[in-house]
Amino acid sequence: MQYLLTLYVDESGWTKMSKAEQEQGAAAYMAYTEALKKAGVWKGSNRLQPIATATTVRNGANGKPQVLDGPFADSKEQLAGYYLIEAADMDAALSWASRCPAVGHGVVEVRPIWSI
Amino acid sequence: MSGNELNNLARSLAEKVARQSYGKLVAFLAARTRDLAAAEDALSEAFVAALADWPKNGCPANPEAWLLTAARRKAIDMHRGRKRHETAADELRALEDGLKAVEESAQIPDQRLALMFACAHPAIDAAVHAPLILQVVLGLDAKAIASAFLISPAAMGKRLVRAKEKIKQAGIPFSIPEREELPAKLDAVLDAIYAAFAEGWTDPTGTDAARRDLTGESLFLAQLVTELLPQSAEAPGLLALMLHAEARRGARRTKDGDFIPLAEQDPNLWDKEMIQRAEELLLQASRLHTPGRYQLEAALQSAHVFRCRTGRWNWPEIVQLYDALFAITGSPVVAVNRALAIAETEGAEAALNILQKLSADDRLAEYQPYWAAQAELLARTGNHVEARRAYEIAIGLERDDAVLRFLQKRRSASPS
Repeated sequence: MQYLLTLYVDESGWTKMSKAEQEQGAAAYMAYTEALKKAGVWKGSNRLQPIATATTVRNGANGKPQVLDGPFADSKEQLAGYYLIEAADMDAALSWASRCPAVGHGVVEVRPIWSI
Repeated sequence: MSGNELNNLARSLAEKVARQSYGKLVAFLAARTRDLAAAEDALSEAFVAALADWPKNGCPANPEAWLLTAARRKAIDMHRGRKRHETAADELRALEDGLKAVEESAQIPDQRLALMFACAHPAIDAAVHAPLILQVVLGLDAKAIASAFLISPAAMGKRLVRAKEKIKQAGIPFSIPEREELPAKLDAVLDAIYAAFAEGWTDPTGTDAARRDLTGESLFLAQLVTELLPQSAEAPGLLALMLHAEARRGARRTKDGDFIPLAEQDPNLWDKEMIQRAEELLLQASRLHTPGRYQLEAALQSAHVFRCRTGRWNWPEIVQLYDALFAITGSPVVAVNRALAIAETEGAEAALNILQKLSADDRLAEYQPYWAAQAELLARTGNHVEARRAYEIAIGLERDDAVLRFLQKRRSASPS
């Protein structure tokens, strides 16, 4: 089965970090990605630009798509990236999720991919 | 034999198989597809088919295998009707392989434990663990479960459907956890069984059939886990705890339905065989040298029973057990009971001081036994004004009529 791990973190944490801490943080994610690839479970992953760059599109009052500056949800923790992995079952997926560096400074949501 | 007799025979055999094997059949049917709802549908149709077939053609030598084969065929039919995709073909092949495996072997592997671990998985809402296990392992219907848990049948039905859907779609495994994960995940299963037992236990007079049955069903489940997981000390610990509680059912109320506290119960009314069985289980558990919450709670029951039967004063031992239990659980409820034991060893003042320190815990503000304990201890120290006040709060928090009357009597006994 495939699972999407979505990473929600407080962005302000990153900007408050020193250069060395940021490098250390980035290295942890690279090591995690490498581990997923070595184990043959990695299907894809990406880091997103900060929410300051987010734009939302929804149906406006006149029935036409309305474009708005800002993210979908206004919460402290924001979607910051994702991993798409292949795992035998929920336990295997949860075990990978628990190793994700984001667990240390945010939340990881695990969702199975809709299979047809 | 007349047609009626045959019908009755078939029905009673089907009921027996249902009780003994329902969960086994559901677990086996759903193990590969993880589709519990489909397994239950197929199995219920198989039972209908059995009631039509068995009176006509005689009861099969292996009714379990008969039902499983019938359920498999129903499942395959349902699948054919529903899907025509590539993936459906794969699932169909898995179902057909399973059918062959059953026909070739007389023994159906018992995967009920794995099924219980799926139901009590951390990814499933904890509040639905117990209802889900009762439904898929024992075949209880949503209506009966709802009435036992004091929830509307519609709401309970929705929760159960949602949990089953999650097990299927999110790929919750049907497996016995690895060594390092086992204790925590087993705790979730045992907690669910104990929750079901507690729901049954809250109806001591057994007037509500759905709730009375629940204690029996939970005992069956605890027995099952004890048998299927012999390396666990907590499963027999839980079973011992439940047996101790169940053994005293008949002594907990007067003929008029009034509440009798443990110390005033007549030990002759306790079920001696059940207590004996509980003691054996506790001994069996202690040989595994892995103490835990349920073993300690059972040991406490055992110590209370010993004191009431022999009159020998064993409160220091009880305080020690509460210390150990509190170290594991950190529960304020345990702390209250520990204070009551300390009242016996060090006096009511010392116990009141402990309760005073506990009062900062918000969880105790609406916990009836906390206020009843405080009232009892205040009365013992002669502070009747405060005692009456504490009894009043306890009375305001209690729902059970018998306990309510007991508390009211106690309050009246406290001179104003």
